Amino acid sequence: MQIFSWLNDVFLKMNWLHDGTGFFVVDVLKLDPSNPFVASLHYFLYDTLKIFILLSTLIFTVSYIQSYFSPERTRKILGHYKGLGANTLGALLGTLTPFCSCSSIPLFIGFTSAGLPLGVTFSFLISSPLVDLASVILLASVFNWKIALAYVFVGLILAIFSGTVISKLHMEDQVESFVYRKSELPDMEEEQLTRRNRVDISILAVKDIIQKVWIYILVGVSIGALIHNVIPESLITALLGQDKWYSVPLATLVGIPMYADIFGTLPVAEALVSKGVGIGTALSFMMAVTALSLPSIILLKKVVKTKLLMVFVGIVTSGIMLIGLLFNAFGYLLF
Amino acid sequence: MMIIKILGTGCPNCLKFEANAKQAVKELGLKAVVAKETDLAKISAYGIMRTPGLVIDEKVVSYGRVLMVEDIKALLTKQAA
Repeated sequence: MQIFSWLNDVFLKMNWLHDGTGFFVVDVLKLDPSNPFVASLHYFLYDTLKIFILLSTLIFTVSYIQSYFSPERTRKILGHYKGLGANTLGALLGTLTPFCSCSSIPLFIGFTSAGLPLGVTFSFLISSPLVDLASVILLASVFNWKIALAYVFVGLILAIFSGTVISKLHMEDQVESFVYRKSELPDMEEEQLTRRNRVDISILAVKDIIQKVWIYILVGVSIGALIHNVIPESLITALLGQDKWYSVPLATLVGIPMYADIFGTLPVAEALVSKGVGIGTALSFMMAVTALSLPSIILLKKVVKTKLLMVFVGIVTSGIMLIGLLFNAFGYLLF
Repeated sequence: MMIIKILGTGCPNCLKFEANAKQAVKELGLKAVVAKETDLAKISAYGIMRTPGLVIDEKVVSYGRVLMVEDIKALLTKQAA
């Protein structure tokens, strides 16, 4: 157990980085640590560096692992299963299969035209951005492992449940007809990736994602720093305090239209929690930002008709709020 | 004349791929046209599940990742042969 907590401190909490940046700010820059803006600077340096280091290593490792799980293979596997089992498998594979959100539509079309039930495809689509290996580990770093695992668990349940409900509603007619046009996977050998290929893909993935998210991380960490050291706690608890019934719905509804990467929302979530915001409220915000966003809904609108789209958004939103309330009520067990 | 199509909905990866493809054609001195297909219905007709995709003379030769100029050149040479 000892070695586990040592690993946790060195690789996830990075105490050495915290001390190092502290040294830099206080002893090298000779700034006064009792000044809240200096404390914010320290926090900003530590958290930004920590996230970028974690991000690069995680994305590389996760992309490498994920290069073994292609959507083509997933589709083949899912074709063999029915009902709840299929939804469950769809949700699980969604977390492991890589896909950038720009592929979500071709993927949707590919799954549906191959005959996979609508609900299974949705289970996959919901779990994929929500429960993603890299962000789970980051969650463990920012909070702790119990919370990270609980998040995975409820995220999967949400994906499975939403997919199952969509299946039961029999909304197949709500999909644009061109999606059903039968087309086979191109007649080519599924690319056999060499180890060099995998390394290239992983490095590209790191560069690609850092390019996309660095701004969200900087913004997120800055907001987190302000919350930690500058914004008065009373203001935060007035808006989002645990005892306020509207905190979870507010956090969820604010998060839905936002498009930000989960890595940027984590420092904000962590800062809020440290100021007395319920863990459920923070998680609801994070889930709303990741699982639903205006750009992804606009994309989905191209293949799915309004009614089904609204059902999808409605179920996921309610699920997120329910999860938020549950975590607020029982979250103390996880700390 | 070889017709090369990049299948993608316009995200930065697809743009990079198109640039790489054009570079590959230039370096090989091939008589080829590089076009981009962004229409979803048409892209899905090719059967790929991950963008970006590379199509040479209506045959899908790669999908799911952005290829480097060297890799594209290899594929083009193979196809031209």
